[in-house]
Amino acid sequence: MRFLLDTEQHAFADSLHAMLTAADTPAVVRDWSRGDHAGGRALWRRVAEAGVFGLVVPEEYGGLGPHPVELAVAFVELGRHAVPGPLVETVAAAVLLGEGGPAKRFLPGLAAGELIATVATPTGYALDGDAAALHLAPTPEGLHLSPGPGPVRPSLDPARRLTPLAPGGELLTPDPSSAHALTWARLATAAQALGVGLALLDRTVAHVRQRTQFGVPIGSFQAVKHRLADAKIALEFARPLLFGAAMSLRPADVAAAKLKACEAAYATARTALQLHGAIGYTAEYDLSLWLTKARALRTAWGTPEECGDAVLEAAC
Amino acid sequence: MTATVDLTHAPADEEFRAEARAWLAAHVPRTPLPSLETAEGFAAHRAWEAELAADRWSVVSWPEEYGGRGAGLLRWLVFEEEYWAAGAPGRVGQNGISLLAPTLFDHGTEEQRARVLPPMASAEVVWAQAWSEPEAGSDLASLTSRAVRTDGGWLLSGLKTWSSRAAFADRAFGLFRSDPGAPKPHQGLTYLMFDLRAPGVTVRPIGRLDGKPAFAELFLDEVFVPDEDVIGEPGQGWRIAMSTTGNERGLTLRSPGRFLASAARLLELWQARGRPGHARARVVDALIGARAYQLFTYAAAGRFLEGAALGPESSMNKVFWSEYDLALHETALDLLGEEGESADTDWAEGYVFSLAGPIYAGTNEIQRDIVAERLLGLPKGRR
Repeated sequence: MRFLLDTEQHAFADSLHAMLTAADTPAVVRDWSRGDHAGGRALWRRVAEAGVFGLVVPEEYGGLGPHPVELAVAFVELGRHAVPGPLVETVAAAVLLGEGGPAKRFLPGLAAGELIATVATPTGYALDGDAAALHLAPTPEGLHLSPGPGPVRPSLDPARRLTPLAPGGELLTPDPSSAHALTWARLATAAQALGVGLALLDRTVAHVRQRTQFGVPIGSFQAVKHRLADAKIALEFARPLLFGAAMSLRPADVAAAKLKACEAAYATARTALQLHGAIGYTAEYDLSLWLTKARALRTAWGTPEECGDAVLEAAC
Repeated sequence: MTATVDLTHAPADEEFRAEARAWLAAHVPRTPLPSLETAEGFAAHRAWEAELAADRWSVVSWPEEYGGRGAGLLRWLVFEEEYWAAGAPGRVGQNGISLLAPTLFDHGTEEQRARVLPPMASAEVVWAQAWSEPEAGSDLASLTSRAVRTDGGWLLSGLKTWSSRAAFADRAFGLFRSDPGAPKPHQGLTYLMFDLRAPGVTVRPIGRLDGKPAFAELFLDEVFVPDEDVIGEPGQGWRIAMSTTGNERGLTLRSPGRFLASAARLLELWQARGRPGHARARVVDALIGARAYQLFTYAAAGRFLEGAALGPESSMNKVFWSEYDLALHETALDLLGEEGESADTDWAEGYVFSLAGPIYAGTNEIQRDIVAERLLGLPKGRR
């Protein structure tokens, strides 16, 4: 029994954090939101070089994986820095492609960051289809290589560009590992959401320490403190669910982590908005990049109700 | 990169689990004991503690010389999982075991440990706490009960209140002002143990919300306490009391096993009632919350075992479990429908108990202040 990350895992998180801090992700996110993907693609390659996508790709296809705990560590950092793009979808794609021909064809590119993938969800939309080169569409017949994306439908998170995928295309495999892909996608989403929540908490703590009203920092008021304490508690109790789920990879554990990490991130977003006041309600202030993502992730790859069903199904 | 996190227990710990499970299966009373907040129930719970202690299951984490098994923190967590899963009774000795004993291990003398701990382990002596006063609740350091120096000891005078278990307990521990001239409120306090039946002590039981005498007022009029019942140095009481609030005590006040068992019972109730949709999300929350608390505790135990001080993070823990426990019982009562108002169910007993959780052991408002100031670094301000 040892339920603590080791020094190597902490060092991995620290190195990603340092790299992403230096990358000025807010500017990259804003370009991405306008459909300018140049900065995002450059960042994507650096994320890949750090080994992130390799964590889900087996060694024989050019990766290091599977390493779900390290993947969770990495996605917390990606969320903290609001890194744009179909990150979770690329993880899901790697699992969907499984083994054999399609894996051999695409996984090395995914691991290396040369290929950005997206996957259509049951809603029919795929995230950032306009930026991805590999468009996967699960259908009742199997996994199709879609001919390409349709027009962008805006998301509440401007950095998430939802695109329908054109029907038809090559049938890559009749029996993709859909359930397993969903588990990995939910794990990555949970980690990303936790990172989003942690970033919102950090930024809000910094704000209330320096924002002065009535002659004192607003962070000295108990009404403010208690909201932030609750956000901290919710995030810190989601964290062990995330890493416990990464270790077991049981669908119910992952669903629980997804539900609670997204709930904690969203609650933190509401607190962050309230405590920033009007400035937090503006698109131009960078807080908005995390605020909107917290809402979007809540329903991505499984609503709270769907995740709850997975928990109950395993418990009953 | 290899994952060195590991959520499986060592084989020896699993053997320990099996041993505990077998013992509990053979000994746990088949029908629930009467409420421990009644004279009859208190006696029944005391007898149960003696039965636990006879086979060294009452304080597994203590050294063998005091009645324990020298089991580490992880094994204690395993024991607790088995204990509550078996539906075993509430622990009438909890106050002494989780609040006073850690203080004696850290600050007591060898003589005090040898004298106090074994009868605590067997519940021959049940302990009550004597912290709060009518004018000193969350602001505990403003307490005014006095300890006045006398020949060979101290004379305690004043009024303590909300003293859990004191209606039926034998002895109590708490803080008293021994140096009224000290420059700051938390200075000049002394940590003492005293006999609830000593001359000068009047115990007035207080009915909690359901009328059961779960706590009491203690009127103290020059109650003699010998020097041997002072813990640590006179005047250092605040530091001594606080040094154990954040450490192991933060982990051991409420074990995850307790909530895992409660969540399993809630799930059974929900299924038995036809899985109503109105409670679905709350049942999910209860299931996930118990797991979150278990994993949070494993992580905290891991840090503790590697030498880290836990300190203020135990405040997050306290807010979480107290609100969790209350929400779980509220859900259960809702599931019971109109029967939910009946006071004679286990759920009702648990509900009334859980209502106090956000108040005792440091109110959740104080805990949130601690989280905000000491974990998030927010400035101190007026409460």
